[in-house]
Amino acid sequence: MQVTIKVNGREESAEVEPRRLLVHFLREDLRLTGTHVGCDTSGCGACTVLVDGTPVKSCTMLAVMADGREVTTVEGLVKNGQLHPIQQGFKEEHGLQCGFCTPGMMLVAKALLEAEADPSEEQIRWAISGNVCRCTGYQNIVKSVQWAAKKLAENA
Amino acid sequence: MTEQAQPRKTVCGLGHSVKRKEDDRFLRGQGNYVDDVDLPRMLHMAILRSPMAHARIKSIDAEAAKAVPGVVAVVTGADLAAHNLAWMPTLSGDTQAVFATDKVRFQGQEVAAVVAEDPYVAYDALDLIDVDYDMLEAVVDPFKAMAAGAPLIRDEKEGQKDNSVYHWEAGDKDATERAFAAADKVVKLKTHYPRCHPSPLETCGCVADVNAGTGKVKIYMTSQAPHAHRTLFALVAGLPEQNIQIISPDIGGGFGNKVPIYPGYVAATAASLLIGRPVKWIESRSENLISTGFARDYHMEGELALKNDGQMLGLRVRLVSDQGAFFADAQPSKFRAGLFHIVTGSYDLPAAHVVADGVYTNKAPGGVAYRCSFRVTEASYLIERLVQNAAYELDMDPAELRLRNFIRPEQFPYKSATGFVYDSGDYHTALKLALEKVGYEDLKREKEAGRAAGKLIGVGIASFTEVVGAGPAKDYDIVGLKMFDSAELRVHPTGKAILKIGVQTQGQGHETTFAQIVAGELGIPPEDVLVQHGDTDNTPYGLGTYASRSTPTAGAATAVISRKLREKARKIAAHVLEADAADLEWDVDRFQVKGVPGKACTIQEIAFAAYTNPPPGEEAGLEGVHYYDPPNMTYPFGSYVVVVEVDEGTGAWKVRRMVAVDDCGVRINPMIVEGQIHGGLTEGYGIAAMQLITFDDDGNCIGSTFMDYLLPTAWETPKFETFATVTPSPHHPIGAKGVGESATVGSPAAYVNAVVDALAHLGVRNVEMPVTSAKVWEAIRQARAT
Repeated sequence: MQVTIKVNGREESAEVEPRRLLVHFLREDLRLTGTHVGCDTSGCGACTVLVDGTPVKSCTMLAVMADGREVTTVEGLVKNGQLHPIQQGFKEEHGLQCGFCTPGMMLVAKALLEAEADPSEEQIRWAISGNVCRCTGYQNIVKSVQWAAKKLAENA
Repeated sequence: MTEQAQPRKTVCGLGHSVKRKEDDRFLRGQGNYVDDVDLPRMLHMAILRSPMAHARIKSIDAEAAKAVPGVVAVVTGADLAAHNLAWMPTLSGDTQAVFATDKVRFQGQEVAAVVAEDPYVAYDALDLIDVDYDMLEAVVDPFKAMAAGAPLIRDEKEGQKDNSVYHWEAGDKDATERAFAAADKVVKLKTHYPRCHPSPLETCGCVADVNAGTGKVKIYMTSQAPHAHRTLFALVAGLPEQNIQIISPDIGGGFGNKVPIYPGYVAATAASLLIGRPVKWIESRSENLISTGFARDYHMEGELALKNDGQMLGLRVRLVSDQGAFFADAQPSKFRAGLFHIVTGSYDLPAAHVVADGVYTNKAPGGVAYRCSFRVTEASYLIERLVQNAAYELDMDPAELRLRNFIRPEQFPYKSATGFVYDSGDYHTALKLALEKVGYEDLKREKEAGRAAGKLIGVGIASFTEVVGAGPAKDYDIVGLKMFDSAELRVHPTGKAILKIGVQTQGQGHETTFAQIVAGELGIPPEDVLVQHGDTDNTPYGLGTYASRSTPTAGAATAVISRKLREKARKIAAHVLEADAADLEWDVDRFQVKGVPGKACTIQEIAFAAYTNPPPGEEAGLEGVHYYDPPNMTYPFGSYVVVVEVDEGTGAWKVRRMVAVDDCGVRINPMIVEGQIHGGLTEGYGIAAMQLITFDDDGNCIGSTFMDYLLPTAWETPKFETFATVTPSPHHPIGAKGVGESATVGSPAAYVNAVVDALAHLGVRNVEMPVTSAKVWEAIRQARAT
């Protein structure tokens, strides 16, 4: 089937099998390998991308379901070569270790901060609770998101 | 030479929370994990696994699978056997089937593989392979496996008459019996440290690229120990070692899961060799959970002998280790039950005896050190649970009982009853700090008041001591390879450096901390030191990263090679400054002529001179390699205090406070150390509360997806309050000890002790991990009924 998906602001058209998962379309067909596969069953969130601004586990969405929609991956966070405040926050607050969960975490954080500019710790923990991190224990991820919220508020 | 410049007072060496140098590539989605590797003409391999735990293979029909368009080959055990590759050695000196040829011995065991142009096609074709099994009785319970008449699991092993893997003892049996004879009180605890799985977020996999033209065998592999794996590949496959290159690129977490060699690596490499094209194999999460290195599964019975005044006299442990179908623990070969005999923990226990039996069952092999230094976790759990129960029996405060029996600071170096020589410690200070931070006395009053009001509050302590940094060559080897480690440092003419290390990072931050060690010793700022690791062609030999060994071994090697280069730098500086080498003193990043302020030569100037103006008779350049054989292990320790509230109606428990005091000696990068501790406390919580791999009577694995095998999320994970004491290791060049695992080792007992403490007044003395609401509710119900 023919699909046209706007990925990180750029229209991508391709012929895909109906069964092809969105994550494989992104990783293998577009070679956007920042989106990871951790569990195959929506349990870990390493594959999280934004579809029309909403976090979606791309291992459980077919590429054809994204036809005509806008997808943002981690590769779309950098603007003009500069790290997004969320990316800066993860670095400043040591919110990553092995880095495997980080793209999904940052995209969930982006959606959260767009909906709620000044989230409470509880709101942050709830927002990222569909994304597993095995390294950090989440405490520094929470701080990273708080750092980004503050930075975005300063920039606004 | 620098005449005016003032010395920089710091170059961000030890003790600085330098932001991580490795972060940017991960933040940009530009990490390079094994599944990101894409080679021209690459094929994809999928593995067919046994649905049964114990069955004889009668036949395998792969014709229909081979006929699927896009399938290039189907590989079975018979194909591997033709190349003498159907079996491989494990890291514990046993053998393991690559693909089963005779029978399958656990659910999920590798039986065959499809290699295809596309991974979807490979999985399609797997369904078409027809394997005819003759089902055998599965042996799931290790005690039943030990009983006479149990089905023999390893019938292919010559001389193997039963399901015993090993029998091993440590300590002094007679002395321990004498200690028990003198005891006023003997406190017993029978407990099972359940089987769990490390579950790094990235599963295991590889891309094998065998080039017939060059003879090069290049394998991108999720490996925590690339050099050891290369040597094993050379030995197993008979390939010349110089032609094998193992590249462990970015690794998405390891936690011990990526230490063993798995059949998939061998099969993908064999397939690439036979087909002549690169072959990628990436396991699914279910494959990871049901077939790769599990952890723990220790059935333990501990007995602690005490005087009525609380003095500990002796410890006796009998344990049965459920090893699964193959003995594949990744651990030093001399110690069959790993370093479990550290079980005397933080206490001055004059006598101890451990009896351990390993048993084969029809379960996945592994027994890996999951964020643990070879069974230290099981040991720490047992002693810390026992000590709390002993306090109840003696009607003493658990903190008081610990303080009464801790090894005292002046006793170090301390030789334990099972033969370890603890390097340094100050256990009293760490526990007292934890008690102060948590507000222990207030909590005790609150707990009592709560009980009166029907509210269940519990306070759990764990004061652990670890043994990490394997290890001294005289005692520590894996399949004969001594457990030293290495560092190679090259300082370039502009004063920038490349450090190559034998260990391998999976998120621990080596690219930053190891650069800081160089900075601290040689004055080159961390941003100017590129740290390379994980590529066997480009790094010196080492045994890899696990068991908290990187800083104790390769970190020490880095400090030593930096010091060696500094001594050479002294000669170069003397030549440049036209001074006597003996008149120079080192100051942060330069050699300074004593008593002549401003007459100095920076490391950058020295590096330039090493290539442009070397002293006559001196070799040019500024580089070297050091292999470090640690004189002893390091013994990090700490005290954790957990406060929980238990809901009597439902058994649900919630962590209210988690105070962690860790002492890992000198901290290279406090930010990274704290991150390691947060992670460990979380995994400890997961193990205590939810992470369980279990089996039904037929050997079906329960917990084969993240919907059944539960991991802590941000929602359940407690908030941590972390504190430090610093007791340097006296034998490590920079006084550091390992820290990556302390919190996973120490914390499970603290969480469980807290829950048990909340119920102790009801007579509850144990709740088995994972401590689910149902188990707590049942414990309360039973206690109330008696």
